[in-house]
Amino acid sequence: MTIVFQKTRGLTDVETHYCPGCTHGIVHRLVAEALEELGVLDMAIGVAPVGCAVLAYKYFNCDMHEAAHGRAPAVATGIKRVRPENFVFTYQGDGDLASIGTAEIVHAAHRGEKISTIFINNAIYGMTGGQMAPTTLVGQKATTAPYGRDEAHCGKPIRISEMLATIDGAKFVERVTVTSPAHVRKAKKAIKECFKVQIEGKGFGIVEVLSTCPTNWGLTPTEALKWLEDNMIPYYPLGNFKRPEEVE
Amino acid sequence: MAKVLMKGNEAIGAAAIEAGCRYFFGYPITPQSELPEYMARELPKVGGVFLQAESEIAAINMVYGAAGAGARVMTSSSSPGISLKQEGISYIAGAELPCLIVNIMRGGPGLGSILPSQTDYFQATRGGGNGDYRLVVLAPSNVQELVDLVIEGFDIADQYRNPVMILGDGMIGQMMEPVELRKPKQRELPPKDWATDGTKDKRKPNIINSLYLAAEELEAHNQRLQEKYKKIMENEVKVESYNIEDADVVIAAYGTISRIAKTAISQLEKEGYKVGLIRPITLWPYPYDEFEKINDKCKGILTVEMNTGQMVDDVKIAVKGKFPVYFHGRTGGMVPTPDEIIDKVKKIYGGEI
Repeated sequence: MTIVFQKTRGLTDVETHYCPGCTHGIVHRLVAEALEELGVLDMAIGVAPVGCAVLAYKYFNCDMHEAAHGRAPAVATGIKRVRPENFVFTYQGDGDLASIGTAEIVHAAHRGEKISTIFINNAIYGMTGGQMAPTTLVGQKATTAPYGRDEAHCGKPIRISEMLATIDGAKFVERVTVTSPAHVRKAKKAIKECFKVQIEGKGFGIVEVLSTCPTNWGLTPTEALKWLEDNMIPYYPLGNFKRPEEVE
Repeated sequence: MAKVLMKGNEAIGAAAIEAGCRYFFGYPITPQSELPEYMARELPKVGGVFLQAESEIAAINMVYGAAGAGARVMTSSSSPGISLKQEGISYIAGAELPCLIVNIMRGGPGLGSILPSQTDYFQATRGGGNGDYRLVVLAPSNVQELVDLVIEGFDIADQYRNPVMILGDGMIGQMMEPVELRKPKQRELPPKDWATDGTKDKRKPNIINSLYLAAEELEAHNQRLQEKYKKIMENEVKVESYNIEDADVVIAAYGTISRIAKTAISQLEKEGYKVGLIRPITLWPYPYDEFEKINDKCKGILTVEMNTGQMVDDVKIAVKGKFPVYFHGRTGGMVPTPDEIIDKVKKIYGGEI
């Protein structure tokens, strides 16, 4: 019998704690497959964030380091400087990366730190129960924006990929989503390309993944996918913002 | 090795490199910037990495990552910068990683001043970050001792998988004295088989972590930490004492202030007073037992600090009410003088306070 699909060696057998319909699981699989397919799983060191992916260190089948909220790029910097021969990645959400950890991500990119970042943007704080994130859309309701995000009060949501693309040290920046099989394939291609930038020693790379949070958005999993496509993609356009010319 | 004249801050760097430290992550702040400057100059020469971080917060988290990857690593700062590092220090203590943190103390609270102080004693010994954790806190009184403690500090950190802090004041960072880089006592250091260096498909993943969501697991983790701290308390206390079996008054002081106390003591001895000294070298673990050796006719203990009274709490714990405990301190960058100490000792002698 021919095997047409099997779980990647890059994931452990631990059952994840993610909510039904959450896209973290898909992204975990893509990251793990990319590590395995590029042959770096056994030399990979991942840095887990604070937020919904806080337990990622149980799910990825490689050495892992649990960081404080927002500090993953600094922790990854310390690891990579000690072990430049290893593959080092961070996996962070939008509260972690786009709010409390903006200094760390900007300066890791600025230094051209040879690490790779997977950035999950679901426009909300998931783990703490649906508070407003720096990425929450204008008008979107959250427990700390009960009347909807008011631009006059707290500004517009931050576009991280566009900002990081302006930094010389950032060599690969792409925004993807995983709302359909076609998008999942594109996301995996971006993640692999991003990882290759590190493997080839070119500099910092990031893939922003627009993701769903059905639980805190108050939607079913399928409604959440549609809400993301209708509301998030217009504000957070998909596509590549930057790649080293040789990779193209 | 012959003795060389070195400034305290630079001597820390030389000692760290001698101890095999090859990674330094820091952020500029007065009065310790000579140390990162020294490391920026010297580490590349020995194949090491100096990296100036975007903040003290990032610097300590780089230390957290590098320590997790198995490196001998350090950072340094001064009081307000050490406050910013507390989050990372708590994580490093929780994840049980070895590293060296240098605090060359300046005046506080807040931005305070850039002048010498000892105002971070509470923060260093009680834990400025969250959770039940301890740092080994080493308080050198001269540049030779500073160098010795830096070198031994890395070994202590590795032996117990625990962060170690060098707590100095601005004076020791800036003063120049002859030093010799010496080997510390030989220790059995455990292998770093927990470090993140890639599984190479030969072992299960190593995980550096301080998160234990289940109550029983976190309690068990804390009990393990307490067991370790107990061992450190049994094995690592360092103290210098002088004439406490015979003294009528005993001075308790640490760091550079203990040298001023010694000047006062020799002056008092010339005048016929019998004054002893207890100088804690480890502020945690604190040398509580040393105070048991003080003779029963002692009239009181005078704690002298460059703050408004912090170590005096540990002195009170140590003497358990057996002797009256007095305090003399100057702060804001003011330094207690030998005359002030002499005056205070005479008042204790005369029953005036």
